[in-house]
Amino acid sequence: MKNKLVVFLLAGVALLVLPLVAQYAGNFWVRIIDFALLYVLLAMGLNIVVGFAGLLDLGYIAFYAVGAYVFGLLASPHLAETFPAIKALFPGGLHTPIWVAIPLGAAIAGLAGALLGAPTLKLRGDYLAIVTLGFGEIIRVFLNNLDAPVNITNGPKGLLQIDSLRIPLVGIDLGKTGSLFGFPLSSVTKYYYLFLLIVVVSVIICYRLERSRIGRAWMAIREDEVAAKAMGINTRNLKLLAFGMGATFGGVSGVLFATFQGFVSPESFALQESVMVVAMVVLGGIGHIPGVILGAILLAGLPEVLRWISGELDLQMLTGGRLDAAILRQLLIALAMIAIMLARPRGLWPSPEHGKAAPAPAA
Amino acid sequence: MSTGAAMANVVLEVKGASKRFGGVQALSDVGITIHAGQVYGLIGPNGAGKTTFFNVITGLYTPDSGSFVLGGKPYKPSAVHEVAKAGIARTFQNIRLFPEMTALENVMVGRHVRSGSGVVGAILRTKGFVAEELGIAKMAQELLDYVGIGKYSDYKARTLSYGDQRRLEVARALATEPKLIALDEPAAGMNATEKVVLRELIDRIRKDGRTILLIEHDVKLVMGLCDRVTVLDYGKQIAEGSPYDVQRDQKVIEAYLGVGHKAH
Repeated sequence: MKNKLVVFLLAGVALLVLPLVAQYAGNFWVRIIDFALLYVLLAMGLNIVVGFAGLLDLGYIAFYAVGAYVFGLLASPHLAETFPAIKALFPGGLHTPIWVAIPLGAAIAGLAGALLGAPTLKLRGDYLAIVTLGFGEIIRVFLNNLDAPVNITNGPKGLLQIDSLRIPLVGIDLGKTGSLFGFPLSSVTKYYYLFLLIVVVSVIICYRLERSRIGRAWMAIREDEVAAKAMGINTRNLKLLAFGMGATFGGVSGVLFATFQGFVSPESFALQESVMVVAMVVLGGIGHIPGVILGAILLAGLPEVLRWISGELDLQMLTGGRLDAAILRQLLIALAMIAIMLARPRGLWPSPEHGKAAPAPAA
Repeated sequence: MSTGAAMANVVLEVKGASKRFGGVQALSDVGITIHAGQVYGLIGPNGAGKTTFFNVITGLYTPDSGSFVLGGKPYKPSAVHEVAKAGIARTFQNIRLFPEMTALENVMVGRHVRSGSGVVGAILRTKGFVAEELGIAKMAQELLDYVGIGKYSDYKARTLSYGDQRRLEVARALATEPKLIALDEPAAGMNATEKVVLRELIDRIRKDGRTILLIEHDVKLVMGLCDRVTVLDYGKQIAEGSPYDVQRDQKVIEAYLGVGHKAH
């Protein structure tokens, strides 16, 4: 018990100091960590759908997109410039505060999750995966093409000049460099602390959901849907709840992404991203929260670390232009994924076998 | 006994249940009445329609016709989870547990339908939520003890022996506080020793005042345990009565052994 507390405290201090150290190495490192945190949030959300309820969702990134576009539309000049009516209503342009945007993004994404989940209720396994894949693409295609006849999403050009995160009451602007006791805090570092806070809250939510009546019902559906029904579990409602809850995390992550990046376009929400998030969950340890976090950090961080290494070595020069850093990086990541899945099929950090094997019954 | 008391005593009453699959009349006009505290047997040769009837009353198949009354209240067997909520808990012929969950968790899932905390309670860990969870865990452990596998509460369901998995399924069904517990061929695949233990368990459940519907191949087990028996053949009810009478029924003997055999 005491040991656990010490570990928690040490981990807490390490997490608080991490960006300050990384800041010295360059803000670009802090930025990578920030993105890793966003991916942790995404992976945690997908883990509810895939890990807890056992519903393979290949279109999860759509909810990230929904969150990002909710904030993008409500906090950028785009809508005011396109629609005179909105311009008249908000002469200063739309600047939705973040504490409105996060719940709103979460709610809309959650609703989208439940809506897109509804037609898939009778599907399982491979079939479910294919349908969710289609839905994920549909959302992206919509975002790409909703610039005509009425320009809502600004199409492939995306939304620009999205507000950075500001809390005017206390004079905090996460988009600007600040200082703490004379210690410089870059913009990305300030975002880090916000993201960390939200990730910690999300981890607690997921952990508590897992150990609850609802979590058990999800797992029962994952293990055997027919038996779950026979136990009186309303599988339809609980599956929708899983889709909705999972999408909520995606929505929050999307809002944070939009404000952090200041720019969103449909390109960020391609199928590749959905696949990456699924890979994070599976590679880390499906259904096991610490494993999922590890998977997300590894798959989000590793490509950037490799990029840096190949840059430092100047690979292209070394090999006379035959080896391109970008290609080598992808190759290494793919190889790492194959190696991990072969060596540890249940993931890097799977849920413990808390049930020991039962002893052979006495004959 | 007045009619009112007799009615109150009836746990399940099915009348005129029929089900057709394409050209096969799997069930035609089957009716049973199960009284409280009874062990009611449903037997018949392979393909007689036992499992179809079972699936109809538990809501897995939608019947073409029939009236269904459980504990004095009509119910429509159209959704499995609604039937479970109404008060019929079942086990499966080919055991269906939640293999990667512990024995205790399996039984706790059975409490789902008799508990009510939702997402908000779970996230905020409200007093009501914590009290309910503790109650569920306590009751689940008691049920595991009751069926005799209390020491395995922490083991994953898939790691239990075959006989213990059967018992776990029974404990999980009991957790839903059913008015009627329906066992689908519980002795299937069991050796003689396991059958004795199973029989003792069913006997004990009955003595504790529960009502049981038993589908079984093992005629010996059925005859020893049941108060009343219905025999199905080709989807039709060919006999109904006490095990003693049914065993001597000419139609039953013909169905099992073929025409030409006589009761003796």
